Amino acid sequence: MANAPALDIDHVAKLARLALTPEEKAKYAQQLGDVLHHIAQLAKVDVSGVEPTAHATPIFNVWQEDVARPGLPVADALRNAPAQRDNMVIVPKVIE
Amino acid sequence: MSSELFYQPITALAAALAEKKLTAVELTQAVIARTKATEPRIHAFNSHDEADALAQAAASDARRAAGQSLGALDGIPIALKDVIAVRNQPLTASSKMLANFVSPYDAGVTEKLRKAGAVLWGRLNCDEFAMGSSTENSAFGPTSNPWDTTRVPGGSSGGSSAALAAGSAIATLGSDTGGSIRQPAALCGVVGLKPTYGLVSRYGLIAFASSLDQIGPFARTVEDAAIVLGAIAGHDERDSTSFKTEIPDYRAALATNRGPWKLGIPKEYFAEGLDPEIAQAVEQAIAFYKAQGCEIREVSLPHTQYCLDTYYVIATAEASSNLARYDGIRYGHRAAGAKDVVDLYYQSRAEGFGAEVKRRIILGTYVLSSGYYDAYYLRAQKVRTLIRQDFLNAFKEVDALITPTSPVPAFKLGEKADPLALYLCDIYTIGVNLAGLPAISVPCGFTKSGLPIGTQIIGQPFRESSLLAIARAYEQAHSWSTKHPIL
Amino acid sequence: MNYEAVIGLEVHVQIKTQSKMFTRVAAGYGHEPNTLTDPVVLALPGALPVMNHAALDAIIKAGLLLGCEIAPVCKWDRKNYFYPDSPKNYQISQYDQPICLGGSVEIELPGAARNLMGEHKNIPLTRIHLEEDVGKLNHEDHDSLVDYNRAGTPLMEIVSDPAMHTADEAYAYLTSLRATMIYGGISDCDMEKGQLRCDANISIRPVGETKLGTKVELKNLNSISFVRDGIAHEIKRQIGLMERGGTIVQETRDYDGQTGTSQSLRSKEMAHDYRYFPDPDLMPVRVDEPWKARLRAECPELPFVKQRRFAEQYQLPYTLTSVLVWDRELADYFEETAQLAGPGKAQAAGNWIVNDLLRELTAANLTLATSRVRPAHIAGLVKLVEAGTIFTNAAKEVFIEMAATGDQPDVIAERKGLKAAPTDTNELEQWCRDAIAGNAKSAAEFRAGKEGAINALKGPVMKAAKGKANPKLVDETLRRLLAEA
Ligand SMILES: [Mg+2]
Ligand SMILES: [Zn+2]
Repeated sequence: MANAPALDIDHVAKLARLALTPEEKAKYAQQLGDVLHHIAQLAKVDVSGVEPTAHATPIFNVWQEDVARPGLPVADALRNAPAQRDNMVIVPKVIE
Repeated sequence: MSSELFYQPITALAAALAEKKLTAVELTQAVIARTKATEPRIHAFNSHDEADALAQAAASDARRAAGQSLGALDGIPIALKDVIAVRNQPLTASSKMLANFVSPYDAGVTEKLRKAGAVLWGRLNCDEFAMGSSTENSAFGPTSNPWDTTRVPGGSSGGSSAALAAGSAIATLGSDTGGSIRQPAALCGVVGLKPTYGLVSRYGLIAFASSLDQIGPFARTVEDAAIVLGAIAGHDERDSTSFKTEIPDYRAALATNRGPWKLGIPKEYFAEGLDPEIAQAVEQAIAFYKAQGCEIREVSLPHTQYCLDTYYVIATAEASSNLARYDGIRYGHRAAGAKDVVDLYYQSRAEGFGAEVKRRIILGTYVLSSGYYDAYYLRAQKVRTLIRQDFLNAFKEVDALITPTSPVPAFKLGEKADPLALYLCDIYTIGVNLAGLPAISVPCGFTKSGLPIGTQIIGQPFRESSLLAIARAYEQAHSWSTKHPIL
Repeated sequence: MNYEAVIGLEVHVQIKTQSKMFTRVAAGYGHEPNTLTDPVVLALPGALPVMNHAALDAIIKAGLLLGCEIAPVCKWDRKNYFYPDSPKNYQISQYDQPICLGGSVEIELPGAARNLMGEHKNIPLTRIHLEEDVGKLNHEDHDSLVDYNRAGTPLMEIVSDPAMHTADEAYAYLTSLRATMIYGGISDCDMEKGQLRCDANISIRPVGETKLGTKVELKNLNSISFVRDGIAHEIKRQIGLMERGGTIVQETRDYDGQTGTSQSLRSKEMAHDYRYFPDPDLMPVRVDEPWKARLRAECPELPFVKQRRFAEQYQLPYTLTSVLVWDRELADYFEETAQLAGPGKAQAAGNWIVNDLLRELTAANLTLATSRVRPAHIAGLVKLVEAGTIFTNAAKEVFIEMAATGDQPDVIAERKGLKAAPTDTNELEQWCRDAIAGNAKSAAEFRAGKEGAINALKGPVMKAAKGKANPKLVDETLRRLLAEA
């Protein structure tokens, strides 16, 4: 990781569904290269036998009982929808 | 009541309201007037709804007249960072992506403030999706520091600290993922409290990094912070990370918890890069505690140098996934003329997100991507374990830790253009989030040029009572909280 | 060259719950679009997931039924990909710590004939994990419309090892798995409602080869028959391709059950990189012994186990057990009837249920629950026949009347005068002699060894007896007299 391969900005932007201009790509690649260079020092830490921490205070079995409660009225559910018809959200035709 | 109602602490205002020397409507009108007067120079708010606030105030007065006051917060105008959902009000995260979004529901803390009778006043500016340390990353323009309007208020909750410092709210709420409450509190000369992870519900808080985010109060005094914390803390079954714990009366505990305490000074927090004026102010605060009979002990948090890297891996990874929902489909900005649904994602997200958000999404996507997960995310989670262990080891010896909040005072708007330089503003605050601890920033003086300085006190998990008491002891012996910017 | 197919199935089963997997708005099918949503389902800013306890119960129960190892601790992961039916653009699922590991599904292959038991096998499972369903896209002429009602419904993904080799095995696997889920009350598994969905991974290899060939994923197998047909079709396609010197490419194909053809699908993701990581909004699950014990106590006996028990305990033939055990309600109905009828009468009870009751239910468009015929009715009828109080022909009439009125069989037999007359042996013997005398040809044929010829003699005896003679006694008497002469 100390010699992390250069960040493939096109591939990552694709995964993140972000359209970037050539200028943005160049700038982000350079800035993130600096950040990744900094982050590379994590490789120096001896983490053998160390458990990962997902939560600072781990608790288990946090659930609710299976009782249905009222949800949002359709009008509220679609209140912020950019495009709708027949109480559904319109998206460009999806070809599966 | 003094003429400057909007600079009074909650404790004084609550007493005046109870004694019927003041009405909630008068107080709210004073805050509205102050907001109107200062906003052109400060721009702390993204939106506010005067009619709605006055209606809430009138309802508060009616309750009080009927002898049904809900307590110290009943009728107190409190403004919320624009990442906390308030039903039927805009919720933008200071992003073009959500510029027209209206929340159909209340956050957990919003419900709790309503139950306490608070007057919900305005959505406060912040860095877009809470990503930043200066509030310059807002799609709606930066917020200025009331102490020097050419400078930043800190961030990401800069609107929350600036509005309070300017008198445009009596208390505010912010969110803190890597210092976003404490750093702006320090830079604006107010009290800012980041509670233990899990003490305050995240339900209805726009997620940045789920395992680090926590809502907390900004207040004029430690006692006010205790009052607001008491209102918003407590288990919420809609947040799986919310902790089931008894919520003490934090305000009452201030009177009983009197020390002396054993206080630790982490040597790694007083290293290179710390502004000498800040170092000096914090040293004086430490000297105060020593003079009060507290035992001061140097401690070591050996993994401190890895906090920033650990944080940027974990926070951006979680953010890249949390922000995937902003896609222009169900709500939010939708680009015009997309040729298919994939194009719709690309364009809507390119247009809707600002530069810093894109940068972090890319970094976070990268560290999770195939082949890099173990080297970055998994490793960062393991280092996080060591960082947390450092703190827990220190707490075997001491009750709390004292550090600077920010390495630098408020800097000039536009001064820090390099993201890495800006990330370094958070070096003293980030470890607390990684370890899930509570911490508070209290004003501890001013630079020669008149900029506020804050000191950070870090406490043990769920021991906010003790943390607040330690902060209060310092605050009571100093008069920083009575000083206000000239606006 | 001879080829062998290798098949693994990925089955998604919707768990029957009141509310969704990670929020408490109602789960359901057939509701008006977007009426089963809330901030969590729509992934509104600030919404957070909370587990459904009942869904966890259901998957643990499924794991126990299928002999899986239940992980003492498991966690939730986010599977990140963009798709308009996925509100968060990640699915909460389980990646490297599924709740159930291993286990197997017992299957029965088709027998040599319909009434003969086929070979039994255990198909090993890789894992079962819990996740959430996505919304539904409705494709219109110029755009698509999204309905999020289904989004967030609890879903179990059951992954088999690549251990099946024929379309028949896959069919048997799904049939058995479906019955197990329905038995356990875990899902209704209605494929038309999308409650059970199956994808198949299929590859071929030369017989004797141990390495797996290039696999093709077959999707949209939306009925159990389509699974069999689609797999058979794909195996044939791959073998044909190899024999023509072609190469099999790793791809996803869509099977069209109506036309019996498949076509390659364009890939959903340009690059499949799901960037799995532990969901920081959810806490892990710890499954302890008391929890497992509680669910184990709720586990029903599985169909094949029941089938073996029925054969042994009630001496039922395969023709009966193979019908009785696949519907839990029917099996319970049979057992209740058998208990009420008493020892030695189970097979007769089974015959009435399988032959008469099921036919009656179909004809009248009823279910076991709505039928007037209760176990006590059938048990009563069996007892009347066994006691010789009524005879088979009369019993058929009683059954029809029972189904129509719900009256008890003895009441009906009494009312319709169908009870056998007390038998006068002298009179019966005379009727039999008359019948033999009057049907010399049939009598001769019987004596010559034509067993069925005896029936021609019974008709006249019954006629003389006005239908009230005990058939068993008639049969015995005729045989005795025919042997004498
Ligand atoms: Mg799968
Ligand atoms: Zn799945």
